[in-house]
Amino acid sequence: MKYSYFPGCSLKGTGRAYEESLLPVFKALGVDMTELDDWNCCGATAYMSVDEVKAAALAGRNLALAEKAGGDLMAPCAACYLVLMKTQKRLEEYPAVRGEVGHALGQVGLSYEGKVKVRHPLDILVNDIGVEVISKKVVKPLKGLKVAPYYGCQIVRPYATFDNQENPQTMDKLLRAVGAEVVDYPMKTKCCGGSLTGTLPEVGVSLVHGLLREASRRGADVISTVCPLCQFNLDCFQDRVSSNYEKSAMPVVYITQLLGLALGLPMKELGLHRGVVSVEPILAQRELLHV
Amino acid sequence: MSDAKGNGAMRIGVYVCHCGTNIAGKVDVAEVAKYAGTLPGVVLSRDYKYMCSDPGQELIKKDIAEQKLNRIVIASCSPLLHEHTFRGAAEKGGLNPYLVQMVNIREQDAWVTEDRGAATTKAKDLVRAAVRRLPFHQPLEKKHVPVNPAVLVVGGGIAGIHSALTLAAAGKKVYLVEREPTIGGKMAQFDKTFPTLDCAACILTPKMSAVRSHPNITLWTMSDVVKVDGFVGDYKVTVNRRARYVKEELCVGCSECIAACVYKDAKFPDEFNMGLGKRKPIYLPFPQSTPLVAVIDPATCIEFKTGKCKKTCVEACADRKAIDFQMKDEMKEIAVGTVILSTGFKPFDPKNTPNFGYGKFKNVYTALEVERLVNASGPTGGEVIMRDGKEPKSVGIIHCVGSRDEKTNRWCSRVCCMYSLKLAHLLKEHTGAEIYNFYIDMRTPGKAYDEFYGKLLDEGVHFIRGKVAEVTDCTLRPDEEGKLVIRAEDTLAGFVRRIPVDMVVLATGLEGQADAQDVRRLFNISCSAEGFFLERHPKLAPVSTFTDGVFIAGACQGPKDIPDTVAQAGAAAAEVLALIDAGHVELEPNTASIIEEECSGCKSCVALCSYNAISFIADKKKAWINEVLCKGCGTCVAACPSGSIRQNLFEDAEIFSEIEGVLSRG
Amino acid sequence: MADANWEPRIVAIFCNWCTYTAADMAGVSRMKYAANMRIVRVMCSGRFDPQFALDAFAQGADGVLIGGCHPGDCHYSEGNYKALRRIRMLKRMLVDMGIAPDRFRLEWISASEGDKVKLVMNDMVAKVRALGPLSLPEKLKEFDVEVALEQASVR
Repeated sequence: MKYSYFPGCSLKGTGRAYEESLLPVFKALGVDMTELDDWNCCGATAYMSVDEVKAAALAGRNLALAEKAGGDLMAPCAACYLVLMKTQKRLEEYPAVRGEVGHALGQVGLSYEGKVKVRHPLDILVNDIGVEVISKKVVKPLKGLKVAPYYGCQIVRPYATFDNQENPQTMDKLLRAVGAEVVDYPMKTKCCGGSLTGTLPEVGVSLVHGLLREASRRGADVISTVCPLCQFNLDCFQDRVSSNYEKSAMPVVYITQLLGLALGLPMKELGLHRGVVSVEPILAQRELLHV
Repeated sequence: MSDAKGNGAMRIGVYVCHCGTNIAGKVDVAEVAKYAGTLPGVVLSRDYKYMCSDPGQELIKKDIAEQKLNRIVIASCSPLLHEHTFRGAAEKGGLNPYLVQMVNIREQDAWVTEDRGAATTKAKDLVRAAVRRLPFHQPLEKKHVPVNPAVLVVGGGIAGIHSALTLAAAGKKVYLVEREPTIGGKMAQFDKTFPTLDCAACILTPKMSAVRSHPNITLWTMSDVVKVDGFVGDYKVTVNRRARYVKEELCVGCSECIAACVYKDAKFPDEFNMGLGKRKPIYLPFPQSTPLVAVIDPATCIEFKTGKCKKTCVEACADRKAIDFQMKDEMKEIAVGTVILSTGFKPFDPKNTPNFGYGKFKNVYTALEVERLVNASGPTGGEVIMRDGKEPKSVGIIHCVGSRDEKTNRWCSRVCCMYSLKLAHLLKEHTGAEIYNFYIDMRTPGKAYDEFYGKLLDEGVHFIRGKVAEVTDCTLRPDEEGKLVIRAEDTLAGFVRRIPVDMVVLATGLEGQADAQDVRRLFNISCSAEGFFLERHPKLAPVSTFTDGVFIAGACQGPKDIPDTVAQAGAAAAEVLALIDAGHVELEPNTASIIEEECSGCKSCVALCSYNAISFIADKKKAWINEVLCKGCGTCVAACPSGSIRQNLFEDAEIFSEIEGVLSRG
Repeated sequence: MADANWEPRIVAIFCNWCTYTAADMAGVSRMKYAANMRIVRVMCSGRFDPQFALDAFAQGADGVLIGGCHPGDCHYSEGNYKALRRIRMLKRMLVDMGIAPDRFRLEWISASEGDKVKLVMNDMVAKVRALGPLSLPEKLKEFDVEVALEQASVR
């Protein structure tokens, strides 16, 4: 199975630890993953509310490019993943939008047939590759590491195509497959505040606090995420949380960083030094650090 | 012209009805009558204002006598309305009723056609077709099948009990078959009933005893219907009486065997108490079980599992010797004329709405579980003690769990608002807790129901209008610690609430029984898309089904409260009594039959019949149709490669002639 | 070919319990539709014998419509499924015989769908009108004449 990889703006910016860990993990698992040539910003959550047709054309261009490249299109950033899927549905259900977007794409020699499948890395890891295959390749099981799997909202709402909408399990399965202890985390799909941490911090930071607090109370050593904005929110506002609510020092990493660790990939390649709240102390404590 | 068998000349009378201006306003009835008069075989052709009226029918009778008519066409309204009327009129005039053919020139012509000319042409075509068809009609007789006065009632809840008692009081023999070890159904599990707050057991047990002691009722518990043969008036039903391992005729219900059981303490989940209490392998479902006979569960009894038990139960029953480990299931065959299905409902399983935390959080309960908690003979003696051992100081009752929900069940389960009010009252009475009811609408449609709601408002129960999003243990505030938080939008106040409570009660909806499809197939009735048994007509025939002789009553037909259930049970009993009193059933003669000489023995027809009316006679190598089972659908007729199956009233020749009749205009 | 006054003639074979009742309902609601259909009543769509359709065409029908209960709702449980099988096969044969698919149609109409009766009637009449007359009786006569001539020339 061949995949095109759609990084989106975040994975090249604040979310670069996600890309840094994701690519070597897939390589180690023998997956053929090529970055989509000449991809553009997906428009994220905001653009759709500004101009529906232009947003569809913007995201649609990536879909057309992916169709040309062949294979499934993997979008690790939760917002890109959802925007691409929403765009596909818009184009499928509204002939008028499909017409205008088709016309725009045609102007640059592209076309969209509605055939490409947009996939999430959790979906590919669990359903295409399989947890048995992954656990066989584990070199350094994450024994003793208690992880709270945090999925965020966009990969389960409104569409839950590869996992349960109320209680997703794909990340839980992966964490168990690599030997970590999964903490029961009922807030695993609750909103992190999104951009509200910037625009309406009294709401955003309060939501972040709720998530961090619950993970801590459930005994988690670390929170694993699949969304760059979730990771950013949960990681970077802990000083505010500490000053406004209570002390918080919970490391927040990408699932791929933990998978890479367990697969024995070199630590510096996994971007583990990039967190504001460092994950290294707990890894050292659990004797999981290696070169 | 003579009829198809060349028997005598056709003397067809054609009557074209005006139906006031309903037909005559659009169709030129005089012209149609005139045209009909020119057709071969027609000796008389009239138009008349109202054929269905008494004078109209008199006219037919007079003409049959005076004009020696031997076939009749009535061109008027739909046969679905008056076929019966005109067949009756012909019969009174001395003509076989099946020599009458109706032509629909009202609902399917005058009322749906704009142009007068087109409407008149259509009427002429249809009349011509009927005239062509009639020579192929033969006189037919309705079959009369006697009705066996014995009745089978399936399901021993309040509906089945009431039907059985009503029928027994009328002197009819009733078999009441119930699959549990005791009758009583769900009502026996309730504590009190709304809106009167009558004790459920108090009003139910006298009826249960009456069933047990009535000479006309044969009560078979631990029994299932496994096979049904026959048809209305003459059913042969096979019932499997499962082994109880205690002889019903010898056991007096003293419970010594239970006390003596080698299990000193009860250990296994008690079904009657919804798993909240425990029972021993030998047990009585509840103190007023009817019949009051112990039952042994082979899945948990040591003697069954290992063969090496001391059998202290047998010792305790030494003088009566009622316990019999060798007991076997027993198949019984009974003959009845009619069946009433009163198999009840299944409560919605809230595992299907995981956001309410049932099964995840200890102190989330279903309504039926709470009935057992508040009941004095329940697992906690009527004290509201939760699974964590504590008494709640605050309770949230969530309405519409598995009802009015696109994701689970779309319908309203009708009783949950009322029982939620009842449980709110009982919980408050028992514990003094703060009670919060979360509702979408308050549905209190019955007698004294809304007044009951008013009472609850006066008692200080809190009502919040809003669907509950989730029950969570992720707390935010100090007052939520150790509690379950119910998150709901209060749509009247306009904001989202977090209400911490000790106990959550889910007002689970009502569904059809899990095996409703299997049961309906046994009795050849249908289920609606929602999984309840399908009534013949939702308004005018709520307790009968499309299968003559099989009636339905109670929650198995749809969610309903006890008053409506009892009303339906009485209604079903009345319909059964009507059949029994009539003494016989008339079967329409449009059945199929096989011309033996022409049957090639290919068996194509045998598997086609949904009513198993066709069997293959092996030694003759011919198929044969039981005309009493045949419903007259005609599927086998169309399938037969040799054309050896004929259907009365819908023979090939009759239909071909009708087709040719509508098309030929010469 | 078709004269200016030609109107499509369509034979409809309707089952008693659902479709015939629905047609009555359309009448009760005074819905007006094209007058070209002639309804023949049977108890169940399972009674439909392919010969009925063939005979109808041979007698001059331009279209044949079969009406039955929705799958799962057949009054006789499964008759409509049998009708479905036969009609699907017959339709393929008819197409091979040169009878356009729009001339032969199966519709599931439940007893309460009076409006569907009107829609289907009007739609089918319009489609058959567009196709023109089938004129099978005339074509069969021509065929018979040809065969007779052929046989005569052989002798």
